[in-house]
Amino acid sequence: MAKRLFEITEAEISVDEVVARLADPAIGAVVTFVGVVRGVTEGRETRYLEYEAYAEMAEEALRQIGDEIQARWGTIREVAIVHRVGRLQVGETAVVIALSAAHRRDVFDAVRYAIDRLKEIVPIWKKEVWADGEEWRSEARGGEGMG
Amino acid sequence: MDEERITVSVRFFAAPREALGMGQTEQELPAGATVEDLIHRLVEEHPPLRPYTRFVNVAVNRAYVGMQTELHDGDEVACLPPVGGG
Repeated sequence: MAKRLFEITEAEISVDEVVARLADPAIGAVVTFVGVVRGVTEGRETRYLEYEAYAEMAEEALRQIGDEIQARWGTIREVAIVHRVGRLQVGETAVVIALSAAHRRDVFDAVRYAIDRLKEIVPIWKKEVWADGEEWRSEARGGEGMG
Repeated sequence: MDEERITVSVRFFAAPREALGMGQTEQELPAGATVEDLIHRLVEEHPPLRPYTRFVNVAVNRAYVGMQTELHDGDEVACLPPVGGG
């Protein structure tokens, strides 16, 4: 069964499970980035986040990020990115990015690139909900909305 | 002879989706219409969309395109507000 390396899911994400998708005797290093729902933003207590995705395009965009990484850093063996959608509570995992390589040299730069790029091009949106309001947040403009 | 018409599907997400109260619609256009033509037509028919057109990115068949891209019958268009994943 082929591994699914680039996935939009509604299910809870296990970091260990995503890392296991990269298992390969050739690798000696795995680096992960875990995006977690934060409890305070701009002084407001977050009640929860709603993540929404254009799933078909988002999975292709995640795959594109993997291709870009492997083109730029030839040492990166495999990339996996799993992003969750739906309602997420504070502390829950929204995204896991995992990269593998024979040696650790490039993995730190590559994983930083992956999360920065995800926030640029992947069609996923998050709505922050707090006690008195809600707002769709974006990297580009911080957020616009009511409340 | 009638002018040739095309039909595209249009998807909305996040804040514009909430403003319009719908995630998807179909739009009929004259053949040769561009993305920009589509946006104008959508705003005419759905005025709550107007404020979101200032910062919209458009994808056609899951690839980002420019406003002058020509549309074809059956295209899947998506109006994407500024993204915010991760």
